[in-house]
Amino acid sequence: MDETVRIHVNGDAKACRRGATVADLLQDLDIKTERVAVELNLEILDRAMFAHRALNDGDRVEIMSFIGGGSC
Amino acid sequence: MADDRLIIAGREFKSRLWVGTGKYKDFVETQKAIEVSGADVVTVAVRRVNITDRSKDNLLDYIDPKKYTILPNTAGCYTVEDAVRYSRLARAAGVSDLIKLEVLGDEKTLFPDTAGLIEAAKILIKEGFIVLPYTNDDPIVAKKLVDIGCPAVMPLAAPIGSGLGIRNPYNLKILMESVSVPVIVDAGVGTASDAALAMEYGADAVLMNTAIAGAQDPLAMAEAMKYAVWAGRLAYKAGRIPRKLYATASSPIEGML
Repeated sequence: MDETVRIHVNGDAKACRRGATVADLLQDLDIKTERVAVELNLEILDRAMFAHRALNDGDRVEIMSFIGGGSC
Repeated sequence: MADDRLIIAGREFKSRLWVGTGKYKDFVETQKAIEVSGADVVTVAVRRVNITDRSKDNLLDYIDPKKYTILPNTAGCYTVEDAVRYSRLARAAGVSDLIKLEVLGDEKTLFPDTAGLIEAAKILIKEGFIVLPYTNDDPIVAKKLVDIGCPAVMPLAAPIGSGLGIRNPYNLKILMESVSVPVIVDAGVGTASDAALAMEYGADAVLMNTAIAGAQDPLAMAEAMKYAVWAGRLAYKAGRIPRKLYATASSPIEGML
């Protein structure tokens, strides 16, 4: 079996170790979990679920955070 | 002014000047301008994390969420679906149910799509969000937003980033008299007198970004805006004299030669 899963993170293709969770992905990307929201295939995940949701081939992950903004 | 607190949905705010965090040179300037402005509510946008360059700082390293109320917005959303999606993401990324809801109508004016705004607000309020809607200076729409459960409304003074000041003072005044919730004038302020005028009309607060961030000296303008909002609020509470066409002498006639 292929040891990697191919996913999209914020629109970019990425390969992950099979069995890796959302929490593993964030750690791999050096992103602190407490300041981001993660959407997996359009479903927003609770932070508590990050360590329990394994990534599968074709998954689309969006990692969102706050940036400077007023209106528009 | 210490006892003159603004209360929205049970939350107390010290400052009646709220500020955005966009368009600054860097995070240090953002941080300084906010500090000088005295604002305790700051708006932020929700965007993708840059995953290719992790060296970039995070805005919240400079703006302490313990010190400021972080008010995420749905800037850039032109549909009900997008505005709802971004609101949910903001709540998941943040610490509160507050959302400054924007559903924009078109790119040229950035005027709100008020039909979409009401629809999105209904969905979010049902989900427990505290919705602060960016709306037009339309008293009827403002009333509808209040009726569905918005604890404040945020009408524009002029198009976002235009610096035109209050384009329709009479509508804004009618709007303020039409709703029983706080009114935060949002967008279009150009300089200190615009902010003071909004407060003199009876606005409960003013939210701005470009007027400060885009000034030649943002820190000086942040300070000017702090005093303008104070002055306008004090003048409103003091109650201005009526306008009269002819003069009324301030000095007594009695005792003249």
